[in-house]
Amino acid sequence: MTRMTFARAINAGLRKSLENDPKVILMGEDIGALGGVFRITDGLQKDFGTHRVVDTPLAESAILGTAVGLAYRGYRPVVEIQFDGFIYPAFDQIVSQVAKLHYRTQGAVRMPITIRVPFGGGIGSPEHHSESPEAYFTHTSGLRVVSVSNPQDAYTVIQQAISCDDPVLYFEPKRRYHDKGEVDEGVDPAAALPMGQARVLTQGTDVTLVAYGPLVKTALDAAAAAADEGISLEVIDLRSLAPVDYDTVVASVRRTGRLVVTHEAGQSGGLGAEVAASITERCFNHLEAAPVRITGFDIPYPYSKLEMHHLPGLDRILDGVDRALGRPNSLSGLEG
Amino acid sequence: MSTDETGQGAAAAPEMAETSPAVAHRLIQLITPAGERVSHPEFDFWVKDVSDEQLCSLFEDMTVIRRIDVEATALQRQGELALWPPLLGQEAAQIGSGRSLRQDDFVFSSYRENGVAYCRGVDLTDLVRVWRGNASSGWNPYAINMATPQIIIGAQTLHATGYAMGIQYDGADAVSVAYFGDGATSEGDVNEAMVFAASFQVPVVFFCTNNHWAISEPVRLQSHIQLADRAAGFGIPSLRVDGNDVLAVMAVTRLALDRARRGGGPTFIEAVSYRMGPHTTADDPTRYRDANELEDWAAKDPISRVAALLERKGLLTADFQQHVRDQADAVAHRMRKGCTTMPDPEPMDVFRHVYSTPNSWLDRQQEHYARYLASFGEPAGAATQEGAR
Repeated sequence: MTRMTFARAINAGLRKSLENDPKVILMGEDIGALGGVFRITDGLQKDFGTHRVVDTPLAESAILGTAVGLAYRGYRPVVEIQFDGFIYPAFDQIVSQVAKLHYRTQGAVRMPITIRVPFGGGIGSPEHHSESPEAYFTHTSGLRVVSVSNPQDAYTVIQQAISCDDPVLYFEPKRRYHDKGEVDEGVDPAAALPMGQARVLTQGTDVTLVAYGPLVKTALDAAAAAADEGISLEVIDLRSLAPVDYDTVVASVRRTGRLVVTHEAGQSGGLGAEVAASITERCFNHLEAAPVRITGFDIPYPYSKLEMHHLPGLDRILDGVDRALGRPNSLSGLEG
Repeated sequence: MSTDETGQGAAAAPEMAETSPAVAHRLIQLITPAGERVSHPEFDFWVKDVSDEQLCSLFEDMTVIRRIDVEATALQRQGELALWPPLLGQEAAQIGSGRSLRQDDFVFSSYRENGVAYCRGVDLTDLVRVWRGNASSGWNPYAINMATPQIIIGAQTLHATGYAMGIQYDGADAVSVAYFGDGATSEGDVNEAMVFAASFQVPVVFFCTNNHWAISEPVRLQSHIQLADRAAGFGIPSLRVDGNDVLAVMAVTRLALDRARRGGGPTFIEAVSYRMGPHTTADDPTRYRDANELEDWAAKDPISRVAALLERKGLLTADFQQHVRDQADAVAHRMRKGCTTMPDPEPMDVFRHVYSTPNSWLDRQQEHYARYLASFGEPAGAATQEGAR
């Protein structure tokens, strides 16, 4: 076990993948000498060379499009999108090419491309640097979407994503990059909890609280605060956003009878809607209350002085827990 | 109407003189529309090995793919195909370049390069599979080293460039070739592809067939300079060739391939041709283009000029012509038969190959749909849970 930051854990996972498979190539803007704007690829170009860790011109569609060509040639490109809000120029290549080539070619051409996306807010940045675009991609068949919440998962799941034969979007909660945790670098990614599975972080009996990425820590804090009031929350780190591991969530909700799901992304058409609908379908007879979504608002990401209003925090999540429990809450007395 | 005839390339206003307007390329031509072989100081070299026999073979290829095109159009009219994108008029551009490639080169094309696919050895039935609605890709790209034809305009140029990066990393001397049209040159992807290709000096050839029309939009809407001149801005050498001259197309393609193999980086080729037919069988060009223009280009037909050249050489014998006709008919017959006897896909195939690994969302939908189909008392198709991946 080594204590390291979230950022360092991703770096270590990337290093491991580069060492283990000569077909792995890192591509992105400023990922070479600089090590990326968040230093996630720090030192990798120096150790693996400019053909393994490629500084690309500033063109996101081309980064993804050339990754497609490299995948055609048998490579496993790992691309870095510098910030969440910069992914849109690459949207066509991701949605129309990366996601669909395996289907289009009836399995002949594989697209083992990993797309790393630092995402989410809470860092005081201007527009385009704090977005949560995951639902665009969870809605796109052919893609796998994951988000990690702690250094150990960051280290393990990045390796699982890279070795996956399907394209994976790997969403990194950038405001947690400097959080530290214990990481076992000896872990065998093939033997670890599979990338597609959720993890129950705290056993609880009253409410199932589903979170992913940056809000997992907030959810755990909420569970600790709730415990002080005698409320037992079962926190589930979703980890895989497409597909969602419903077996794990269903098993939990069948016991607790209540669901709160939280994410930074806006509410309407978001992942929380998908989770709430699916859980309602599968657990209707076990539910004691309507599922509750505690999410960002349906607004463009706000300027930073207002971002804490937009981002679900501990208190808003607990307010949602109260709603699920039928306790007095901010919406008490409102219908629907 | 070609871009040089409209004078666009020389239209720089006086006050713009200091910005050095693009210099119009001379059109590279080795066979005139009248079928006269004209010598070229630079490009004769690249086709000096092309024998009379090979010239006959190029004539045959062009005739066969025109026949394929006619047959596929007929199949569409008869309801056997949903759609077909004709290549009529572009035979020389496709055969001249396609026959220059090596087996280990890799092609990334648009949907109109059926002649290139023919050169790559595509199974004839595979040519119409997509257009019949039986698949999203007619063939396994690795079987003929040609990617699934791209429908998103210009997207494949990036794939070609990425593939060329892979060739470079592998230390191989293969070349990646991107085929696209004049309309595509306006797309960001094509421009980004040229940036990447130039920056990394990768072995890629950008083969732009300027057929003058992007559905209803004329090339002058895409560019006020010759398309070949655009490459200079990226630091990519370019060639402007008579795209209806199979020999000249072969010469410039060979030069570009050779440069790429020797580490010389990308080349941009503008093959000036004309889309004699509609954009697809669903299009109606009479709504937007002048019949006179069609007539002008009919006089520059790629096949007639080679026929005239063969005639001059005494090679266009009755026997040879009969052989070519028979060959074209046989190919068309095989394609038609393959098309009309193609088995329909099974219902559960709809789920196949979305992922290469198990996916709980899709597995559930597949299971539910199988039950739904079974509720009618009919078999749900051959696909099993396992097979559907």
